Amino acid sequence: MPGLYRIDDRPLDLQEAIRAVAGPDRGAIATFVGTTRDHHDGRAVRFLEYHAYPVMAESVLRDIGREVEARFGTPHVAILHRVGRLDVGEPSVVVAVAAAHRREALAACAHAIERVKESAPIWKKEHYADGAAWIEGSDTTPVDT
Amino acid sequence: MTVLVLLFARYREAAKAPSVEVEVPPGATLTDVWSELRARIPGLSREERPLFSCDRVYVREDRAIRGDEEIAVFPPVSGG
Repeated sequence: MPGLYRIDDRPLDLQEAIRAVAGPDRGAIATFVGTTRDHHDGRAVRFLEYHAYPVMAESVLRDIGREVEARFGTPHVAILHRVGRLDVGEPSVVVAVAAAHRREALAACAHAIERVKESAPIWKKEHYADGAAWIEGSDTTPVDT
Repeated sequence: MTVLVLLFARYREAAKAPSVEVEVPPGATLTDVWSELRARIPGLSREERPLFSCDRVYVREDRAIRGDEEIAVFPPVSGG
């Protein structure tokens, strides 16, 4: 299937995601980059770690791509997620979606990042000056069976 | 039956291991597996809201297992 779905311990490249979805029949490429912030709940964040269940995470990203195709009519989706240690400002996730027109591309990109946050088996750990904490999701459970 | 359970994130840290083996009777569900895990791993509290996967697909806690699946248990996700 077209598309690019990867969990990566190396820095993410937005241009790679764009190249993976671009094509002559697509007039719109929408992108999202999630970056690491230097604060959370009033605490200064020194750096982050992301951990994943890698094979399941890639499978879930691919499922999200299939969902995007079914809902927005385009299979041209790239989702890259970083794991390991990230400094403040580094991209943690990159999404790119290409479609014939901007309405579908923008809507699909927005949908894709929401679904990554809801369902990818990936966890963030924040490191502060005085300790560290795992961030955990809300009550939304991504169970489909 | 002996079931190998993969653990991630805070649960992995609490267990100090990437996986744990538990003993459950044939026909056990993931609820039973979770009970065994909580008994074995002191760092897991009563307020946990674990997620379960079986062969890399999310499943509900009431799923009965054969014992040879790839089973994982982990906290609510926080990627993206």
